[in-house]
Amino acid sequence: MSDPGKLNTSSSELDLDRPNIEDYLPSGASIHEPHGQLRLRDLLDISPTLTEAAGAIIDDSFTRCFKSNPPEPWNWNVYLFPLWCCGVVVRYGILFPVRVIVLTIGWIIFLSAYIPVHVLLKGHDKLRKKIERYLVELICSFFVASWTGVVKYHGPRPSMRPKQVFVSNHTSMIDFIVLEQMTPFAVIMQKHPGWVGLLQSTILDSLGCIWFNRSEAKDRETVAKKLRDHVQGSDNNPLLIFPEGTCVNNHYTVMFKKGAFELGCTVCPIAVKYNKIFVDAFWNSRKQSFTMHLLQLMTSWAVVCDVWYLEPQTLKPGETAIEFAERVRDIISVRAGLKKVPWDGYLKYSRPSPKHRELKQQSFAETILRRLEER
Amino acid sequence: KKTTISVFRPLRFPISFLLRSLHCRPRVTQTSLPFAAAAAAAATARRAQHFAAMGNSSSMLTQYDIEEVQEHCNHAFSQQETVSLYQRFCQLDRSSGGFISADEFLSVPEFAVNPLAQRLLRTVDGLNFKEFVAFLSAFSPRATLQQKIEFIFKVYDSDGKGSVSFKDLFDVLRDLTGHFISEEQREQVLKQVLEEAGYRKDSSLVLADFVKILGNPGLKMEVEVPVD
Repeated sequence: MSDPGKLNTSSSELDLDRPNIEDYLPSGASIHEPHGQLRLRDLLDISPTLTEAAGAIIDDSFTRCFKSNPPEPWNWNVYLFPLWCCGVVVRYGILFPVRVIVLTIGWIIFLSAYIPVHVLLKGHDKLRKKIERYLVELICSFFVASWTGVVKYHGPRPSMRPKQVFVSNHTSMIDFIVLEQMTPFAVIMQKHPGWVGLLQSTILDSLGCIWFNRSEAKDRETVAKKLRDHVQGSDNNPLLIFPEGTCVNNHYTVMFKKGAFELGCTVCPIAVKYNKIFVDAFWNSRKQSFTMHLLQLMTSWAVVCDVWYLEPQTLKPGETAIEFAERVRDIISVRAGLKKVPWDGYLKYSRPSPKHRELKQQSFAETILRRLEER
Repeated sequence: KKTTISVFRPLRFPISFLLRSLHCRPRVTQTSLPFAAAAAAAATARRAQHFAAMGNSSSMLTQYDIEEVQEHCNHAFSQQETVSLYQRFCQLDRSSGGFISADEFLSVPEFAVNPLAQRLLRTVDGLNFKEFVAFLSAFSPRATLQQKIEFIFKVYDSDGKGSVSFKDLFDVLRDLTGHFISEEQREQVLKQVLEEAGYRKDSSLVLADFVKILGNPGLKMEVEVPVD
């Protein structure tokens, strides 16, 4: 069957990342009575399959993960509307300029310290790295201040040790900034175009960050190798990975990719949960560019979030990487109050592989053949 | 079915743009909110093209629209459900063209893994909202058994000639079983089952046959529309 449209079916490599989705999907209730002669009615009655298709059209758990939930309008009223208008004036007229000023000052300080250090201290790597780390933490604090970020950190702060990797759920690129404010992580991220890409290739490179390209299949092995090398090095910054692979709307978690869990080191989960009353921090990359997203944050009241540093986990004997990933996802979801969903985040960009359809076809075929034998 | 841009689209755009930029969104109106009244006035002026070009405004559905849709689908859905379906339609219609393309349907992974997805796409490609609701009306709890059987018949009879041939049955069975049964086995199963029911291999089934076969003891084909 040919797929119309420009999305490609995901390569079979990505199949290995997922545990059995059939465990989660609503099972098409067994179509026929398990015994009895096969009748024409049983073959003609495709209603369970059609019901599943219609159910998917009306509401499906995957699209729900990426739905932005803007706050409900509350201002359709004679006295609330002026109040809300005052709010708009304060946000756009007072807060926004102040925040822009704060951010500009921050950038000036950062650049005037970073560029000399980067250029002049080329010989003294250790000292340079230390100062650069501190400076990046500084600029991240400025960013957070520019959204009036109120971040509560729970749990012991991460320490700089080799052979450990941090994983977190992903809502927006600001996750990285919020976490970076406290600890100088090296992150693995999709290479973005525009000014973000420029930042990535200059400043974040010095932290030891790793870049990949989602659309290149071969990229996977090179990136896996880079990950392993980074983790083994003892004075590299601790590595932060977002195993979901894409931004999810902070109500759900999609399946974790197993790459982070097969590096043979301890995995320290971090859970991040944003408080939606003040602003919806989900970056819907389909609807907004990152610049618009930042502007939206800077014109809202505050960004309030909780960050939990959870207990480090190791691979249990007899556990596969996928089971380990699911276990860690469970821990993070429970802590942050998120619901788990059995889909791979990359299905945003590609079609599901035929494997799932084949499972359904196989079970139906087997029922038919079995009942045929029973005559 | 594919749409032309409504002449009044430029009129609606500034309204929705204004509202969106102020972070307001009018609810579905049954009252006389000022913005919604303006939209309703614009809507009455172009009944015929209205559903063809919904544009990119979410929830800008007036009472007239809801009633028109309900009439079209024989009141299979309540007003609340119609509104929910509209929100879902706008969510799926990412390009905001007023219709959902096959590509946008296939971007729902739960739909894409369904064995009958390709067959359904032939019916469902490029539907505007009214046709979308009419399509789903067979799955409403208020739909009659006759409507459900007609729906199944239409899935089988994809070229709309009014009768289902052996080839149609064979194709659907192939979709449902994939390559886990060989072609010969499939043919054999179908022939056997048809003969048992009193039909020959080359006889084609019409709607009345379907009603006879599936009518007793009835079908369970219902989907619940989530209403917040």
